[in-house]
Amino acid sequence: MGGMVNMGPLELEADEPVFHHAWESRVHALSVASPTRANIDVGRHQRERIPGPEYLAMSYYQKWFRGLSELLVSLGFVTPQEYATGQADPKAAKATPVLFAADVRARFRRRGSFSREAAPPAFARGDTVRARNLNPPGHTRLPRYARGHVGVVVALHGGHVFPDSHAHGKGEDPHPLYTVRFTATELWGAAANPRDSVCLDLWEPYLERA
Amino acid sequence: MALRVKALESLLIEKGLVDAAALDAIVDHFETQVGPRNGARVVARAWTDPAFKARLIADATNAIAELGYAGGQGDHMVVVENTPTTHNLVVCTLCSCYPWPVLGLPPVWYKSSPYRSRAVIDPRGVIAEFGTKLADDVEVRVWDSTAEIRYLVLPQRPAGTDGLSEDALAALVTRDGMIGTATL
Repeated sequence: MGGMVNMGPLELEADEPVFHHAWESRVHALSVASPTRANIDVGRHQRERIPGPEYLAMSYYQKWFRGLSELLVSLGFVTPQEYATGQADPKAAKATPVLFAADVRARFRRRGSFSREAAPPAFARGDTVRARNLNPPGHTRLPRYARGHVGVVVALHGGHVFPDSHAHGKGEDPHPLYTVRFTATELWGAAANPRDSVCLDLWEPYLERA
Repeated sequence: MALRVKALESLLIEKGLVDAAALDAIVDHFETQVGPRNGARVVARAWTDPAFKARLIADATNAIAELGYAGGQGDHMVVVENTPTTHNLVVCTLCSCYPWPVLGLPPVWYKSSPYRSRAVIDPRGVIAEFGTKLADDVEVRVWDSTAEIRYLVLPQRPAGTDGLSEDALAALVTRDGMIGTATL
């Protein structure tokens, strides 16, 4: 939705609580503790699959609850029957949680990484690149507003897990990740402030030499 | 919603897919262990320790870890510095990416459609709605968190704070200042 301008006011709130309702905190905790959390790209894609008109009308944690529920069923952790009735199938084997209370603190302090060995980068700092006009049917992290536009590579981050593959059961498929700066006038036209820019983190398959 | 969430929670606990006590510990973590006070300490240290600031700009993930802040949604940190001529603003147009270890969970407006859509095309208008009018000759750089890199804005140190301790400086640093929707 980046680049749309009629989504309503910002609705700022002073002294906002971390969670507005107890159920929101439970949805957050369930999402983090769930075995579905093992693949963050699958989780993001599941929320993106909520039909647009519904998505726009839902609160943040309503989307998380919907995504979590659908993922638990589609990945087979919960049967549709169990989800509908709220009752566990008595014949099903009991699972072991992936996260116990005693491990929560360590889990949140543990340093992870999405860096992976990948092919050498095709582009260097200062190179001019164009974001490809890609419109894949599944998950992508190339925003629509950047597609087809020309920018300059300002940073290289080495190989990173590629969400377009990782969200679809095609492994981590690492590719070089870059930060690319696009001028505001390139993205939004001559009326934009010529000093301004937007930087995006883009994987090499999103880019071509310009 | 509360009843539906409770039903799913009970089911997942019964099936052994989640641990009830772990859920309480996770909520406690986000309500008491992380939040913008962590990021404020990073900023105050950068203002008072030039060597730390140099490390922070060069390798934010490791510099921030020196203060004990690390972990999920902060595994690849980049700090962008505001100057008299450059102002930085952070957004995630695709979802709600936000540096949890240093800022905690994002406010509702950050995760909402109005901010996600407009921050990239009208950053000056968005910042003005937060109460700050940027001069036309200040360069605005928007950082759209499209990968696993997480951004933290290093605000300019307010004038007249020369004698203040690191703790006193940290108290001046706001969440919005570290997202870039405000100046200090």
